[in-house]
Amino acid sequence: MRYMLLIFTNPENWAVLSEAETGAMYGEYAAFTQRIVDSGEFVSGDPLQGPETATTVRVRAGARSSTDGPFVETKEHLAGYYVVECASLDRALELAAEIPDAKFSGIEVRPLADMTMPS
Amino acid sequence: MAEGAGVTEDLFRSESVRVLGSLMRRFGNLDLAEDAYQDACVAALETWPRDGTPANPGAWLTTVAGNRALDRIRRESARLPKEVEASGLRPGWGRRAASALEAIDLTAGLEVDGEPVDAPLADDQLRLLFLCCHPALASEAQIALTLRTVGGLTTGEIARAYLVPESTMAQRLVRAKRKIVLAGIPFRLPEGDELAARTAAVLQVVYLVFNEGYAASGTDTVVRTDLCVEAVRLSALLEQLLPKDAEVIGLRALLLLHDARRAARVDSTGRLVPLDEQDRAQWSSAQIARGVAMVERALQLGPVGPYQLQASIAALHAEAESPQATDWPQIVELYSLLARIAPGPLVTLNRGVAVAMCDGPAAGLALLDALEGSGELAGHHRLPSARAHLLEQLGRRSDALAAYDAALALVDNSPERAYLTERRSRLSRPSPPIETLGEDP
Repeated sequence: MRYMLLIFTNPENWAVLSEAETGAMYGEYAAFTQRIVDSGEFVSGDPLQGPETATTVRVRAGARSSTDGPFVETKEHLAGYYVVECASLDRALELAAEIPDAKFSGIEVRPLADMTMPS
Repeated sequence: MAEGAGVTEDLFRSESVRVLGSLMRRFGNLDLAEDAYQDACVAALETWPRDGTPANPGAWLTTVAGNRALDRIRRESARLPKEVEASGLRPGWGRRAASALEAIDLTAGLEVDGEPVDAPLADDQLRLLFLCCHPALASEAQIALTLRTVGGLTTGEIARAYLVPESTMAQRLVRAKRKIVLAGIPFRLPEGDELAARTAAVLQVVYLVFNEGYAASGTDTVVRTDLCVEAVRLSALLEQLLPKDAEVIGLRALLLLHDARRAARVDSTGRLVPLDEQDRAQWSSAQIARGVAMVERALQLGPVGPYQLQASIAALHAEAESPQATDWPQIVELYSLLARIAPGPLVTLNRGVAVAMCDGPAAGLALLDALEGSGELAGHHRLPSARAHLLEQLGRRSDALAAYDAALALVDNSPERAYLTERRSRLSRPSPPIETLGEDP
C-alpha cells in the first residue's frame, strides 16, 4: 500500500537549534531518505518552501481568484512529505517515527486512495 | 550643485521602471536587478559630475547595471555550490534551493516568452508592473513593490507614506521578492481573458495608492500629496503602456479629476472642507478639462467599466458650478449602473447620498438604513456620518447626534474627526435650528 507521510513543523522548533544541531537534523533526513530508497519503499518526497510562499486558488461562479498565503493558517505548517510504498499501516507508522520532525511536532500518515479503474 | 543632485535623483526614479524592466528580462531576479541598478546609480553619481551626463542616461544606466548584475552573478555562483555541499542536503533538495537563489542570464536563450530580447522596452515595463501586482502577492506587498520598483521610491519613502517603521517595510519587500523567486511568479505578459483580470489588479493597486494619499488614514493630514502625485504618475505610465484600454484611461481620468480638487479639500488651518463647501475657484480647471476629455475618450472606446463610471461621476461634480447646479439625477443613474457591474457597500452608500440630493433626505436615508441593517459597512465611519447629515436635515436631532457619535467612534483621521466634532457641536447647541436645506451630506 502507498501512504503519504505529511511532515508538520513549527518553525520555532528549528529556530532554537544551534547550527550544529540543524546540520545534524539535515543529516538525519538524508540518512532516512537513503534508508527508504535502499529498502525500495521510497516513492517520492520533497520538502516544501515555507508557507509564506504559498498561494491559494479558489474558483467561484467560474471566476478564479488567487490569494497570498496557505489555505489554512496554522502555527504548525506542512513542511514536506514522503510517499512510501510499504506492507501495512504499521510499517508506515514505523517509518513516520523515523522522520526527524516527529520528535518536535507530528507526522500525519494517510493512505493514498486507489483510483485505479477495475478492468 | 544641490539642484543638480535633485535632478539626478528624479532621473534615477523615472528611469527605474525602464532599467529594472530590462534587467528583469535578462536576469529574471528582482533582487539582483535592484541591487545592480543601485550599483549603477552609485557609479553615475561618481562619474557624471566628472565626465558629464551621458547623452542617453537611461541607456547608460541600463548598460552599467547589466554589467554589475553579471559581476554579482559570477560572485554568487562561485559561492553557491560550496554552501549547498556544506548543508548536507541530498542532491535534489540542495539543487532546488540553489536554483531558487541563482540568477541566470536569460539573454543566453535570446528570447523570452517567444520574443527576441530587443522587443520594445514598453513590454518589459508592463511585465514588471504585472509582476509587482500579481494576485499571489498580498495586496499591501503589491502596493509596496509597485512603488519601489515601478515608482522608484526608496523603502524609507514608502514606509513614511504608509506610516510603518522602515524595517517593517523593508521586510515586507524582502518577503514579497522572496515569494516571487521561490513560488516562481513569472515575468510575462498575461494573454487573452487573463489580461483584463490582471490589468484590473494593476489598476486596483494604483487606485489604492491614490486613495491612501487622498483620504489619508491614521494621520493628522487630510491629504498625503506624495502618494497622490505618485499614483497620478503611475496612471500616466499605465496609459502609455496600455493606450487602448478604456479602464486604464478611465482610472487616469478619475485620478486627474479628484486630484484637480485636492487644493480645495483643506483650508489654511488644515481643516477638511467637504465638497459642497469647497471654493470651486481653487479647482484646477485645466486639469478638469483634461479629465473630462479623457472620460469621453474612454467611454467611446469601451467597454464601460467601474473606473470609467466613477470618472464620469467625478466629471459631473467637477463641471458643476455649485452643489445645487450638480446633475444629481445623472449621478444617481451612474451609481445605479456602477452598483450593477461592480456592487459594493461603498457604492450603495454613495448612491444613497446621491438619491438624497435628488429625491430628498428621507429617500436617501431609507437606502442608508437598509445598508446599515445589512452590516456590510460595519466599522466604517462614513455610513454613520452620512446618516447623521441626513437625520440632521430631517430635523431628527437626537438621532443625528447619536449617528455623529457613532461616526466619531470609528474615524481614524484627525481632520475628519475635527470636521465631525464641529458638525456635532453645531447641532447640539440649544440655539435656534440651523438652516440646513440644500446642504450636501
